[in-house]
Amino acid sequence: MSADPLSLWVYLSQSPLLWLTVTLLVYAIADAASLATHRHALANPVLHSIWIIGLFLLLTGTSYTTYFGGAQFVHFLLGPATVALAVPLYENRKIVLAAILPMLAALVVGSVTAVVSIVLLARVAGLPRGVVLSLAPKSVTAGVAMGISESLHADPSLTAVAVILTGIMGAIIVTPLMNRMRITDFRARGFAVGIAAHGIGTARAFQVDAVAGAFAGIAMSLNALVTSLLVPLAVTLLVR
Amino acid sequence: MIASLSLILLCQLAGEVFVRGLALPMPGPVVGLLLLLVLLLARDRFKVIARGPLQQDGVENASRGLLAHLSLLFVPAGVGVVQKLDLIAEHGIAIIVILSVSVVVTLLVTVATFRLASRLMTRNGRAP
Repeated sequence: MSADPLSLWVYLSQSPLLWLTVTLLVYAIADAASLATHRHALANPVLHSIWIIGLFLLLTGTSYTTYFGGAQFVHFLLGPATVALAVPLYENRKIVLAAILPMLAALVVGSVTAVVSIVLLARVAGLPRGVVLSLAPKSVTAGVAMGISESLHADPSLTAVAVILTGIMGAIIVTPLMNRMRITDFRARGFAVGIAAHGIGTARAFQVDAVAGAFAGIAMSLNALVTSLLVPLAVTLLVR
Repeated sequence: MIASLSLILLCQLAGEVFVRGLALPMPGPVVGLLLLLVLLLARDRFKVIARGPLQQDGVENASRGLLAHLSLLFVPAGVGVVQKLDLIAEHGIAIIVILSVSVVVTLLVTVATFRLASRLMTRNGRAP
């Protein structure tokens, strides 16, 4: 085979190897940058990985399907990672049990607020029905939200985008917002970001405080359970 | 390591079978989470099942490994935004505004509920 750079590119750009490498490499760099800025909220590694990879795909004219052929190996791990949340839950079972009532209250009120607020706001903004349905499960972790969206016959790929946007916004805003509100209870701060901004919020909470991280993980997994029951109900009541 | 990952996948698989089998409106991995939690709690009570990945922090370490880079796992789905550029051009501003309002409202309502319930509990706890 000749060392023609174009034919090499044609070969590599269709292989999972290149896109898996790009995903891990860009994330590793974005994560290093986040660490270098002492985990500044705006240096969110997910946000910066997404636009860099997205721009690269657009510039090279690569389809998302081709990219996903490689990136699916990372995406697949969302399911096992959800199961793995059993471990922080198990390890913190004592503080969790001690705070069980505030958690259950915050879980119910927070989950309802997340779903109802987005459905009402989307209707006020006059968005089409398909978009409203796709946005509804945006506060739960990607794999779960896409499943809910599918069962509503909405658009799971739009749901995924809404989920990630929500997670990034929550992760960026939570620290300044809670500091300004003078909330010093890291159980409450973590729990709130886990409800509002799922795994990306949870990852942020682990960066700030270990207890906040544990509570965020619990909130995110409980929210996955509640929201999957709540969204079909809310949609029946609020969307015609 | 392999056994621990297998146990995690097995919990997820059992969760999927359970959910699909009974046509329940909840995600399989969440049932898998509950199953793994029950296994971990049962292990402390019944020594018989404390073997393989359920001993010497096997499944705990594998889970910590998975969770350490949780935010990486959202990148592939997030890059899907390139497929939605026409929708973003049409409704992007509205979507971003309502998502951010919803996030802030949800954060504030949740944290306020947690603090309020926690304060009510300690007050009741202190009362004779």
